[in-house]
Amino acid sequence: MSKARIATVWLDGCSGCHMSFLDMDERLLDIAAAADLVYSPLVDAKEFPENVDLTLVEGAVSSEEDLHKIKIVRERTKILVSLGDCAVTANVPGMRNSFGVKAVYDRAYRENVTFDPGIPNQVVPALLPTSRPVHEFVNVDVFVPGCPPSADTIHYVVTELLAGRNPDVGLKTRFGS
Amino acid sequence: MRQVPTVKTLKINGRDLSGRQEETILDVARQNGIFIPRLCEMDGLTDVGACRLCLVEIKGQNKLLPACVTMVEEGMEVTTDSERLQSYRRMILELLFTERNHVCSVCVSNGHCEMQNLAQRLGITHVHFPYRYPKEDVDASHERFVIDHNRCILCTRCVRVCDEIEGAHTWDVMGRGIEAKVITDLNEPWGSSETCTTCGKCVHVCPTGALFEKGRSVAEMMKRRQFLPYLTLMRKENE
Repeated sequence: MSKARIATVWLDGCSGCHMSFLDMDERLLDIAAAADLVYSPLVDAKEFPENVDLTLVEGAVSSEEDLHKIKIVRERTKILVSLGDCAVTANVPGMRNSFGVKAVYDRAYRENVTFDPGIPNQVVPALLPTSRPVHEFVNVDVFVPGCPPSADTIHYVVTELLAGRNPDVGLKTRFGS
Repeated sequence: MRQVPTVKTLKINGRDLSGRQEETILDVARQNGIFIPRLCEMDGLTDVGACRLCLVEIKGQNKLLPACVTMVEEGMEVTTDSERLQSYRRMILELLFTERNHVCSVCVSNGHCEMQNLAQRLGITHVHFPYRYPKEDVDASHERFVIDHNRCILCTRCVRVCDEIEGAHTWDVMGRGIEAKVITDLNEPWGSSETCTTCGKCVHVCPTGALFEKGRSVAEMMKRRQFLPYLTLMRKENE
């Protein structure tokens, strides 16, 4: 049997879920034996590849780039996992939502800037009006709340999915965690 | 003269049980170790049936009834955990999560929150409704306490404990529907309230992190609720 193809994606999050993923420590070797990591902030593939079996998404959908990316990821992935509270609820990135996007831009690019204040119109992707959970844009197959979900939880979810089973994270993690 | 209690017999989830006539379905369920979720009810306060999480099915009735305000009756057959009830409860709780801004990860009550714990217990891993992200105020004008309306679920425990136990009636509810909010005095800053006695009972009955003590950071707000049944018991004995 050929190895499973797994990927991880980092949208609007703090990378804490990826840190928690790395916290699986030596158990990563067992996962590496069963699957190839074909795309991730942790490897240097530039394009999200075709035919991915399992993708873990960290972070909320906050910018035009996030939205573009998550649609491609969904098309090319069999099982999409919302990993962590930002992907599941928008969490901390979503705290800007009640203020409006203009206030966020002004705060970041005008009020706190001394040299040449102004809103960038190239390179930096434009923010969406609100930062929102992944499942409000594309279908998500598995939800893993937690800020971040523990390494044990992530290990359980990944190994269950690789074994073809549906993980029940109910008692292992929760919002906030 | 001592009154003889009238006992009613009923079935809950097929179990034969009994309760006194002035007891609710929730009282009897709790005495018998049957879990019925709730966020507004609290032992020691009057019941208002506001959160609707304790809805139960009663044989022969089409309507679902809130267990916290429905008295036991002879021959009643109650179901507390059908598929339908579980799905309604998850729906109610999910709607509470979307109504205001509940960000568990940065909340003072993270890990000690009745709503967060209940979501886990009811198996909620995500919310099916679009979040509203309303703009809500935080009033930190009081010298010791803070109200963060982002985390308020309008259970009105604070209103009831302030009125019924402390006797100050500083808290009340203003507005209707989605505009409703808890207020101090006539919607004045809490810090300049002339009725607040700074007793802190409201803070400790609050099921979420909406009311908390100043100086508490993420996950640091532990609520002490033991005082309430004790206070009410002492008062009954003194009557």
